[in-house]
Amino acid sequence: MVTATSALLLAFAPALAVVLILLIGRPRAAEALNLLASAVSLVAILVILARHDAATFWGGYVIIDGFGAWTVLCAAIVYFLASLYAVGYMRLLGEEARLSRFYAMFAAFGLSTLVAPMMNNAGLYWIAVELTTLISTFLVAFEQEASSIEAAWKYIIVVSAGISLALLGTVLFYWSGTFVIGPTYDMTWKVLQDVAPRLNPQLVSLAFLLVLIGYGTKIGLAPMHTWLPDAHSEGPAPVSALLSGALLNTAMVGVIRYLAIADAAGISGLARGTLLTLGALSLFVAALFIVRQKGVKRLMAYSSVEHMGVIALGFGFGGQLGVAGALYHMLNHSLNKSAMFFGAGAVMRAYETKRIPGIRRVLTHFPVLGALWLAGAVAITGAPPFALFLSELAIIRAGLAASRYVLVGLFAVLLIVIFVGFLNQFRIMYFEDGVSKEPDARAVTPWIIAPMGLALVPLLVFGLWWPQAFWGLFQTIGLSLGALPVTGAAP
Amino acid sequence: MLVAHLEPLPAALFSLLAIGSLLLSFVMLGSRWLRHYLFAFAAQSWLIAILSASIGYYGDYPELYIVAVLTATFRGLLLPYLILRIIRRMLVHREVLVILQVSSTLVLGAFAVIFALTVAYRIGSALNLGGTIAVLALTVMLSMKLIGFLMLSVRHEALSQILGLLLLENGVFLGAQILVPGMPLLIEIVILFDLLIIVACFGVLVRYLVSHVGTTSSLELKRLVG
Repeated sequence: MVTATSALLLAFAPALAVVLILLIGRPRAAEALNLLASAVSLVAILVILARHDAATFWGGYVIIDGFGAWTVLCAAIVYFLASLYAVGYMRLLGEEARLSRFYAMFAAFGLSTLVAPMMNNAGLYWIAVELTTLISTFLVAFEQEASSIEAAWKYIIVVSAGISLALLGTVLFYWSGTFVIGPTYDMTWKVLQDVAPRLNPQLVSLAFLLVLIGYGTKIGLAPMHTWLPDAHSEGPAPVSALLSGALLNTAMVGVIRYLAIADAAGISGLARGTLLTLGALSLFVAALFIVRQKGVKRLMAYSSVEHMGVIALGFGFGGQLGVAGALYHMLNHSLNKSAMFFGAGAVMRAYETKRIPGIRRVLTHFPVLGALWLAGAVAITGAPPFALFLSELAIIRAGLAASRYVLVGLFAVLLIVIFVGFLNQFRIMYFEDGVSKEPDARAVTPWIIAPMGLALVPLLVFGLWWPQAFWGLFQTIGLSLGALPVTGAAP
Repeated sequence: MLVAHLEPLPAALFSLLAIGSLLLSFVMLGSRWLRHYLFAFAAQSWLIAILSASIGYYGDYPELYIVAVLTATFRGLLLPYLILRIIRRMLVHREVLVILQVSSTLVLGAFAVIFALTVAYRIGSALNLGGTIAVLALTVMLSMKLIGFLMLSVRHEALSQILGLLLLENGVFLGAQILVPGMPLLIEIVILFDLLIIVACFGVLVRYLVSHVGTTSSLELKRLVG
């Protein structure tokens, strides 16, 4: 009962915020309403997770299981932090008149990323993912410059084309089920997973590959990642954070649920092989572009491609450890990438440039922001004592346990390349001599510092201590995805 | 399962409509005039609407009549009308610069169909459905997918890209109706979704592209690289 109420509240709060923001139409009220809605959603999902009982609601269309709830938690955290940050950041843009419309879209986007992972029906899930694209396009184009409109156009064309493949895959999955269950049935994840061993493996292979490529486009796995750096770098910074920290995970949920079905259908060799290849390729492409990057937000965007690759590798290696590592990495990446985009947005506004060569001596000009952003940069490259180190280590151990030595070796080398390349960009911005414009100190306010701090503190805590409660949850999720149980405490 | 045991007459009718739709996608591929794309797309949507209605009739799926009406009104009338208005306002009537000659595009399209046929044939024989309309439906579905992608990659006018996307969706839609006519609720929502995309995003975006970027050709979209 409590879970059902919380789930209702989780979706209802942002929805109500959208309506109220549009009705009231004042920028300050919009800020407050959006922030309030995001806080309510965060509390609601925390309540759901604390009670951890899996259930389906509303005629079986909505499911609250461990995996969905965990992804929703990641999305809710990012939505809350980004809403907090948006209060400070959006005032810098000087778009007061369009601000309430922005917040209405922002809350709607937050809502769509919160709802999509809870869809229990593969078709409805597809619709929810499509909805996220539809809403976020407007947010990417919000600044109305030629470059942001170009980014929005590429985003919608590439992602819609990709997701139409996912639709084809969904239809083929349904078709494969009709041979066993009959012409009409409810296509829930559970039904598909149960019926999977009796499905035709060739048809399921084709369907899975289509779904993987389709949702993979949305996740930003290379080589379907081309829209991602543009969209992530051209939207306002809170939108970039939400795209990167919430949206990508939302699409990952679908792929992983289909992966469990593919495993049950006995094609795990093909399915995992393809997922691992895409993951490794994403890391490779990201490494190349991070080393030579000139745009500060594009740097963060390619880092998202990298981390989605890491998560894909974690799920691809599989086993309890792989699933746990990937899930932990999801949360860590969401926290960390939000902080990075927040810092990048503030620096971009202060120096009035998106280009790394125009940004110099960040630490001298902005001691607090600079220190936080640098800590975030160290964290996102997977250095201890931050949490991404633990999750990447778990994924590497999962790879070794699965005897994928070549892939693990490649993974390690690419992580090192990215570590060097990424931090070198920060060395240039922090310590290299060079002329830059005198930055505008008004761009950095407590509204901007606070969410960065809020994101980084848990990252440090989770890096020193992997909570046993998380480990227990990851085990449950791993079991539901078909991984074999292991005994013992959190690594 | 509808496709496994069909009477000869409905089987012939469905095949005719499916092949007609495939031919119309070649018409889209082979023309340089935006207006011709549009008419081919509208005609294709009408064929698909007729297909929905006849599947509803022969397979006894009354909800497909609604789908047929929706397809005919939205994809067959409303969307073409909206796009036609945009064409008139933008004064872009044809692809001025082509990346690939029309004849080479058609040959590529033919290869796409052969590839789709091979895949469909294999899947069909794996499911013991060789020789039924399922193979044809799969072929048409996959080849319209591939042709849609071909259009997206060799055409660069914003409107051709929209039509390419719609062709992708039409392909899935056509195949889905023959293969899984009983799929609940989904197909209706899917159409509504396309609509939403087209009306909300593309209408707005095309307008943005003209007013802010100054062109509707995606060849000019090259600020963001690397």
